[in-house]
Amino acid sequence: MVGAKPSGGETVLEVRDLRLELSAKDGARLPVLEEVSLKVGRGEIVGIVGESGCGKSVLSLSVLGLLPPSIRVAGGGIYNGERKELHRLGEKSLQRIRGKEIAMIFQDPMTSLNPGMTVGKQVAEAIRLHTGASKREAEEKTVGLFRKVGLPRPETLYHEYPHRLSGGMRQRVMIAMAVSCQPDLLIADEPTTALDVTIQAQILKLMKTLREEDGTSILLISHDLGLISGVCDRIAVMYAGRIVEEGAAAEVLRHPAHPYTAGLLASLALPSKKGTRLHSIPGSVPALRERGPGCAFASRCPYAADRCLAEKPALRGVAGSAFPRSAACHLLGEEGGLANVGS
Amino acid sequence: MRRRINMTVGLLLVSMLFVLMLVSLFYTPYEPNAMRIADRLSGPSASHWLGTDNFGRDLLSRSMVGTQTAFLVGAASVAIGAAGGLLVGSLAGYAGKWADELLMRATDALLAFPGILLALLLVSVFRPSLLQTILAIGILFVPSFARVVRSGVLQQREADYVRAVRAFGAGHVNVLFVQILPNIASSIITTAALSFSTAILIEAALSYLGLGVQPPDPSWGRMLNESQTYLSAAPWFTLAPGVLITISVLGFNLLSDGIRDARDVRA
Amino acid sequence: MSAPEAILELHHIEKSYAPKRWLSRGETLRAVDGVSLSVRKGETLGIVGESGCGKSTIGQIASLMLRPTGGSVVFKGEELVPGRRSPRDSRRSRIQYVFQDPYSSLNPRFTIGRLLEEPLAIRKKGTRRERRREVLRMLSRIGLDPAYADRYPHELSGGQRQRVGIARALMPSPELLVLDEPVSALDVSVQAQILNLLKDLQAERSLTYLFISHDLNVVHYMSDRVAVMYLGRIVELAEVGELYDGPLHPYTRALVDAIPDEPGTTPREAEIIEGELPDPRQLAGGCAFRARCPFAHERCGRQPLLEEVKPGHYVACHLLEPDRD
Repeated sequence: MVGAKPSGGETVLEVRDLRLELSAKDGARLPVLEEVSLKVGRGEIVGIVGESGCGKSVLSLSVLGLLPPSIRVAGGGIYNGERKELHRLGEKSLQRIRGKEIAMIFQDPMTSLNPGMTVGKQVAEAIRLHTGASKREAEEKTVGLFRKVGLPRPETLYHEYPHRLSGGMRQRVMIAMAVSCQPDLLIADEPTTALDVTIQAQILKLMKTLREEDGTSILLISHDLGLISGVCDRIAVMYAGRIVEEGAAAEVLRHPAHPYTAGLLASLALPSKKGTRLHSIPGSVPALRERGPGCAFASRCPYAADRCLAEKPALRGVAGSAFPRSAACHLLGEEGGLANVGS
Repeated sequence: MRRRINMTVGLLLVSMLFVLMLVSLFYTPYEPNAMRIADRLSGPSASHWLGTDNFGRDLLSRSMVGTQTAFLVGAASVAIGAAGGLLVGSLAGYAGKWADELLMRATDALLAFPGILLALLLVSVFRPSLLQTILAIGILFVPSFARVVRSGVLQQREADYVRAVRAFGAGHVNVLFVQILPNIASSIITTAALSFSTAILIEAALSYLGLGVQPPDPSWGRMLNESQTYLSAAPWFTLAPGVLITISVLGFNLLSDGIRDARDVRA
Repeated sequence: MSAPEAILELHHIEKSYAPKRWLSRGETLRAVDGVSLSVRKGETLGIVGESGCGKSTIGQIASLMLRPTGGSVVFKGEELVPGRRSPRDSRRSRIQYVFQDPYSSLNPRFTIGRLLEEPLAIRKKGTRRERRREVLRMLSRIGLDPAYADRYPHELSGGQRQRVGIARALMPSPELLVLDEPVSALDVSVQAQILNLLKDLQAERSLTYLFISHDLNVVHYMSDRVAVMYLGRIVELAEVGELYDGPLHPYTRALVDAIPDEPGTTPREAEIIEGELPDPRQLAGGCAFRARCPFAHERCGRQPLLEEVKPGHYVACHLLEPDRD
């Protein structure tokens, strides 16, 4: 069946056959996500990779019930560890889950922080909201969290306003706030995209530490294959609203089964490709309205056959790998043998 | 959806008035200034659709001709305001530094006066007439246009696309008129539509106070003035110019909103 | 430092910003602090560094879009006064600049055809028809259908827009192209298209590139030589292979260590540098990196000079000064 078994056994998030629809201004219903299934096990770091418009951010928003009003869940479901149907919960119940069970950090930590409140107070308020701790307790806990996420001089920093902090420090504050209630799952949407290279590495290291120390599961969303490959246990590659490949990170990246993953990897300007011509995927991602009945990648795929234009390939198991793996490509054949495309 | 309604209703109201004005240039049911004492203050009837005033003049004809005054004052004063504002605003925004300081403080000073007071002042210095009214309202509009243009120019001046053409050696005239101004045209047009309705209101107010358009030229404001003594005896007398003023202000305001919304979307 | 084949030389470029208002007291911000560079004909010189290091300022000064507060720009042996481009000065058009964001750098109200024609029209080159023909030829060269001449920027994808941005810079037939983060706003699969296009164009037209980016892999792929900037200064400059394989400056080492592992390879155990960029306004002389440097020493309180430690390899670090220990 669809999706790999979580490594730890216990599941903290399961997305099953999720379909999201966008109501366009002209009344058309356009599928933003189709048949997306995903599981995150306890203590697992799962990466979602894809280019802009693939639906990765919408997926993360849907988990927290933060979808814009124009997009609705049109099929499938989202479940937390206790098998609660998150997609059916009302705003009140979702508020209890947000921050406490599932927390989220965003790309731009500046816009996610209140510019008019000291960063310490913001984190302390968040703690009080969810735990009902006293002012004193919350303050102490905040300082502790600041230390934990590697912020220097936590006591002084407590009283600083966001604009006085660098981007990296702000992202650390966001992470401190996100993990303050020890959530089961932390969703990080492009957490390092706005940061400098050396700071990027620091933040990724911090996320790994959080997983090791607290067993926090992390859903890491990024456009950067190279970046998340070193951090994730499993990755799911998304293209035009679908997961096209999913499996253990090392295997997917070493032997991509889907031509899109292979093409993406081949187009990275890695040091080993110096002096050679980069592989490039021709064209660009089809717009929502341009998605036909077949495989969305068919128009850019070097291996596309007639069948690819007519029929959408389902995600199915890939044989011959150590960990459960799946891909959505007609090339895989009925027996699910590796297609051996790309590098 | 909502912006379509703004645009449609606004356009409908404004074009209705416009047609009324065009027709009035060639045809009115009666000569608007012809007095017939026998018919004075008669209510709406088959022969006088909107009734007559205290001199027995046909209110429909006078209201129709009033549209001419309204449109003339609106268009001319907006043109003066926009031209002046464009000059002051683009100079301040593009040249910057002391020119900006100087011009903007001057417009601040002008803006600090309540509009109607300033118009009153300007009109009373000279002899009240149609031309003075237009000039006064036009000058009144310069600061608001200047501000819109200046902030637009300031914003666009540093935009990458402007820096790009400057890198190709484009001169200031090209940059300002070819590159920048078309990109802020929508805010200028929005301001123009809004000012149009303000102009009609101020003209009505000035004429109501007897400082605007002088008799016998018909003006909605003066019709209101003349009607007030007969408010209880002949309410239709007040109603005709009142409704027309309301329609035109509403129409131009909606149109202004509609234009702004329509030009905002960039797919 | 100037090699005989240098096409562009920057001599002691400085750019500082005085505090904005005369009433508020603030320190001067030195965005670029004494940078000298020479770009050789036909090469790609990469400039890497984190945000705020001054690499973009250097690019704008090199392309004469910004006037430095000190130093000079010499193009093919002639000194140019940056920031003053007169339309008739044809030497100036030999250096062109490509913006990071192809959307904001294209006037949204102009068609692609008009945007491409502009650099020629401004200089009144050729007749309208000739210019139009040039535009169509350029469009097909960069891989866009000539029909795109009548489209507007918002109708194009990000990659197509960047193609237009590059094409426009090429219209005045420049010899040197300053590319400021040209692929940073693009998706990975599109990045490769643009990088390939840039490589092809360079070979065809014997262009020289000044390639500015924060992406170390992209700079590695594109460049022949690389300069590393930190807070307004060049801290290291060398052939690309030498710089990435054997970085000498502690900051370059930190950068190279921060490059994510190649997907699918066994992860390296890399040291991750602690700390963050200090506020450049609060640096009181000395090596700007010393606050984060694991090897910082007393002498780092003095500003180290960029010196040639090996042939063609320049480093500004007291650790590598040959005459002291």
